Amino acid sequence: MTDLAWIHAALTAARPQVLGALLRYFRDLDTAEEAFQEASLRALQNWVKNGPPRDPAAWLIFVGRNAALDVTRRQKKQTELPPEEAISDLEDTEEEIAERLDGAHYRDDVLRLLFICCHPELPATQQIALALRIVSGLSVAEIARAFVVGESAMEQRITRAKNRIAEADVPFGPPSATERAERLAAVLVVIYLIFNEGYSASGGEAHIRASLCEEAIRLSRLLLRLFPSEPEVMGLSALMLLQHARTAARLDDEGAIVLLEDQDRSKWDRDLMAEGLALLDKAIRHRSPGPYQVQAAIAALHARAQRFDDTDWTEIEILYGTLERLQPSPVITLNRAVVVAKVRGPAAALEMLEPLATRLSSYFHFFGVKGALLLQLGRADDARIAFDRAIALAHTPAEAAHIRLHLDRLAKDGASKRATSPAKQ
Amino acid sequence: MLYAILCYDSEQVTGAWTKEQDAAAIANLEVVQDKLRKAGRLGPVARLMPTTAATTLRKGKEAVVLDGPFAETKEQLLGFYVVDCASLEEAIETAKDLGRASSSNGCFEIRPLMLFKPGALGA
Repeated sequence: MTDLAWIHAALTAARPQVLGALLRYFRDLDTAEEAFQEASLRALQNWVKNGPPRDPAAWLIFVGRNAALDVTRRQKKQTELPPEEAISDLEDTEEEIAERLDGAHYRDDVLRLLFICCHPELPATQQIALALRIVSGLSVAEIARAFVVGESAMEQRITRAKNRIAEADVPFGPPSATERAERLAAVLVVIYLIFNEGYSASGGEAHIRASLCEEAIRLSRLLLRLFPSEPEVMGLSALMLLQHARTAARLDDEGAIVLLEDQDRSKWDRDLMAEGLALLDKAIRHRSPGPYQVQAAIAALHARAQRFDDTDWTEIEILYGTLERLQPSPVITLNRAVVVAKVRGPAAALEMLEPLATRLSSYFHFFGVKGALLLQLGRADDARIAFDRAIALAHTPAEAAHIRLHLDRLAKDGASKRATSPAKQ
Repeated sequence: MLYAILCYDSEQVTGAWTKEQDAAAIANLEVVQDKLRKAGRLGPVARLMPTTAATTLRKGKEAVVLDGPFAETKEQLLGFYVVDCASLEEAIETAKDLGRASSSNGCFEIRPLMLFKPGALGA
């Protein structure tokens, strides 16, 4: 690997920690970002010449902080000279910073940085955009591309989000244990949002954006290092690893969706799966189940099945039941219905769908599942209505194309009126 | 004389590599390994999963299981085992057995392997 590639990886790796420390110091996101930018530029010049420092993060914090202070001083000089003691107050040594990095500050710095992206007033799309900009350091152009919007529109979105945060007044003191737990929970949600945006894009041409999935996994590993004993952090990491491992098999060469039952399992990434399973094993030892762990356990049962027919649906239905109790939501009930169809047949599953109809009236997957169940029951006309509705609600061309496949098959089979085929056991 | 060569690097940096960068680094190492293997000099090669997948067993009267990697700087690496286990639970039990058999204090870091090549050295 070239020096430059190493430096870029080192800057990306150090970014959350350095930016978090600079934010605590300056209490202003723009100043912290500019300071990090300046420190990164100097690192590019200095590290190429002198080799990388032993502790890149401490180096960047020290240089970034001094660079920002220089700017402040220069601006002040134009108006008035600052009092002597104010300057000497700011002259900390590098050792002191390095020492502070070892402490709990580091953990809270990174958590705070992630947490400010999760402000409840921000819509989810802004939370994701902000986290990718601030924590991951993606350029506005890269984020705009990921969301398939214009660069200036994305710039505006991020600026608006930053302004709201500036008004929100996030406390900079060390958080209490309860605050820390609340922040962590909110941060996990944003990381999973980033992952899902990559796993099944909410718009645009590409159905999967692997780079967003990888970034979410990287952030979850960062959190795991900071909070090594939190089972839900392990659960989320495991869940994302297990899902991301299937990426290569989820679309065919033409970019069409391949359902789990038809996927070529030799294309699954066994390294990622093994890591996901190892993390789930760690989490389960804590005997403190949470929604991420249960979802990871479901993904693990799929990962462990050599062939689709080996899938332990009975166990998966039990896990979905647990998930419904932990986190009641119509989408989870819909997922359980899909499993019920495998275990007890399409009629039982369709019955579960009825009470969800109003709440999921604009949910693509609801109509996709409904159509498939009706089709299994031989109700072709009703199935067609559901599929038409699904197509109208599809987010990506791949989603629409997948439903159209069903419709085409329906059109072909239209005359034959096949009898109901029972669900595979 | 057999020598163990232990690899250290910043996991956060290697974790920020792209898939292509990671594959390139592995491919470069593979060239060197291949040469050693053909000369019959290469023993087992293992790539460990990230430390985030690690669990640590602190030995003592009552063994304590901790999440995360070994973190002390006052103790040194003395050796390692590669054991086939059905689950983390079994790995922990195995480490406890080993712990009971040795009178020392210290730790076992239990880390799943991402890759294992048994190598060309005989018993």
